[in-house]
Amino acid sequence: MASLTYKDLLGIAQLSADDIHLILDTAEALKQVADRAVKKVPTLRGKTVINLFFEPSTRTRSSFELAEKRLSADILNFTASTSSVSKGESLLDTARSLEAMAPDIIVIRHASAGAPHMLARECRSSIINAGDGMHEHPTQALLDALTIRSVKGRIDGLKIAITGDIAHSRVARSDTILFSKLGAEVWACAPPTLIPWDFEKLGARITGHIEEALDAADVVMMLRLQLERQHEAFIPSMREYYNFYGLTRERMRLAKKDTIVMHPGPMNRGVEIDSDVADAPYSVILNQVANGVATRMAVLYLLSGNAGLKPRKRS
Amino acid sequence: MNPAEMDLALNRIAAEIIEKLSAHDEFAIIGIRRRGVHLAHRLCGKIEEILKRPIANGILDITLYRDDLTTVGHRPMLRETIIDFDINNLSLILVDDVLYTGRTVRSALDGLVDLGRPNRVQLAVLVDRGHRELPIQADYVGKYIQTADDESVEVRLNEEDGEERVILIRNA
Repeated sequence: MASLTYKDLLGIAQLSADDIHLILDTAEALKQVADRAVKKVPTLRGKTVINLFFEPSTRTRSSFELAEKRLSADILNFTASTSSVSKGESLLDTARSLEAMAPDIIVIRHASAGAPHMLARECRSSIINAGDGMHEHPTQALLDALTIRSVKGRIDGLKIAITGDIAHSRVARSDTILFSKLGAEVWACAPPTLIPWDFEKLGARITGHIEEALDAADVVMMLRLQLERQHEAFIPSMREYYNFYGLTRERMRLAKKDTIVMHPGPMNRGVEIDSDVADAPYSVILNQVANGVATRMAVLYLLSGNAGLKPRKRS
Repeated sequence: MNPAEMDLALNRIAAEIIEKLSAHDEFAIIGIRRRGVHLAHRLCGKIEEILKRPIANGILDITLYRDDLTTVGHRPMLRETIIDFDINNLSLILVDDVLYTGRTVRSALDGLVDLGRPNRVQLAVLVDRGHRELPIQADYVGKYIQTADDESVEVRLNEEDGEERVILIRNA
C-alpha cells in the first residue's frame, strides 16, 4: 500500500527507501499544479496547518506556506518574535495552547535539536520538522533528492560531494542520510574544524581536500559558510576558506562533464561559491526552490490523514 | 463481457461520438486514471482511423479532488495529470471504465474546471452498473449491467492486467 504510516515527519532517519520514493513520486505528480491556470487543488480543504517558526526563515517558511495554500489548507503563522514566546512562555505551553485550537498539522522550526520530537509526543496533530538545531531538515533533503532525480534520473550509484560547514548543517545531515539510503556515494568535505569526527557513521566518506571530493562527482552540493559563527574561529579567515574550499570554475573541471551544482541557500557569493558557478547552466539552485513547494505539498498530502496516530518512539 | 464484446462496445461508442460531435466540434478525449486512460487511448485510435485526423488525448488524475480524503489513514497514490493542450472551448469526452456512484466523475469535473473552460463535457463508460449517489449520467455506455450492492464490477484490460474481460464479483 502506498502510504506513510507515521503521524509525523521528524527526520530522514525514520524513513525507508520505499517511503522516500513514495514522497518523491508524489511530489513529481504535484509539480504540474504550478503550471496550471488555477494553481490550487481542494485536497486539504478544511484542514488547519500551523507554521511555528522560532528561527528566521524566508525560503522554507514561504515554501511551506505556498504548498499549504496550493492544497487549500487554512493556515496560521506564528513567529517567535511576535508570539508569547517573547513573553517567556515555554515551548510545551505554546504547543499545548496551539493544540487546543485543533490543528491537523504543525510545521515547526526551532533552534534546539529535538524540539519537533517533543511536540510529536505531546500533540495529536502531525508534526513536520522544518529544521531543528543542527539535527535534521528532512524536507530540504527530500527536495534535493527530487532535484537530483529529475535531472539525473536516479540517485543510486551517483557520486555526491557535499562541501561546506558540515558540522553546523542540518541539511548536510539529512542529505547524507537520504543519499546513502538511496545508494549514492556521499563525500563530505570541509576543514577538520567544520566536520564532526563521527560523520562517517551517517554513511559519508570524509575528506579535507575539495579536489578529492569533486573528482568525477555527479552532483556538487555547496553549503553556506555560517558567517554568524565566524567569531568562534573555526577557520582562519574567509579568504583562506575561499582559497581552499571555494567552488570556482577551475575546480568545477574536476567534476564530471554533466555534473550539477546545488546550494540550499542562502548563498555567500565569493565565499563558498563563485558567482559564475552559481549562475552557470549546470547550476540547479533555482530548480531546488521550485521543487521545494512540490515536495512540501507531497509531505502535507501524505501525512494529512495521519493526525491522531501514535507517535513513533524515537528516530 | 469477453474481449470481442468489449471491442464491439468501444467501436459503437466511437461511432456515436463521431455522429454526435465531429460535424461541428473540435473535441478531445480524456481518460480518467487508471483504466479510463487505456480505454480513452483505444477510443482515440478508433476515431482517428475513421476521421483520418489526429484527436487530442489527455490523462486526468482525480486523486486531489476526491471527497473521501478527510478520512484517516490510507492516501491513494498520486499520479500526474497530463493534458498538454488547451481545453478552453473544446468539447471533451471523459472516459472511465465503470460508472457506479458518480463520485469519480464529480471529482473529474472539478479537476477539469481548474484547467480551463471547455465548451461541453460528455461522459463515456464501458460499463454502467447503477447505484448512483449523485445526479450524473453517461452520454455513451458500452453495456448496462444490473448489480446488487454487495457485488462489484471489475474491468480487466490487457494494458493494465494482462487479460481482457469484464467480470461481476460477489464481495465476501
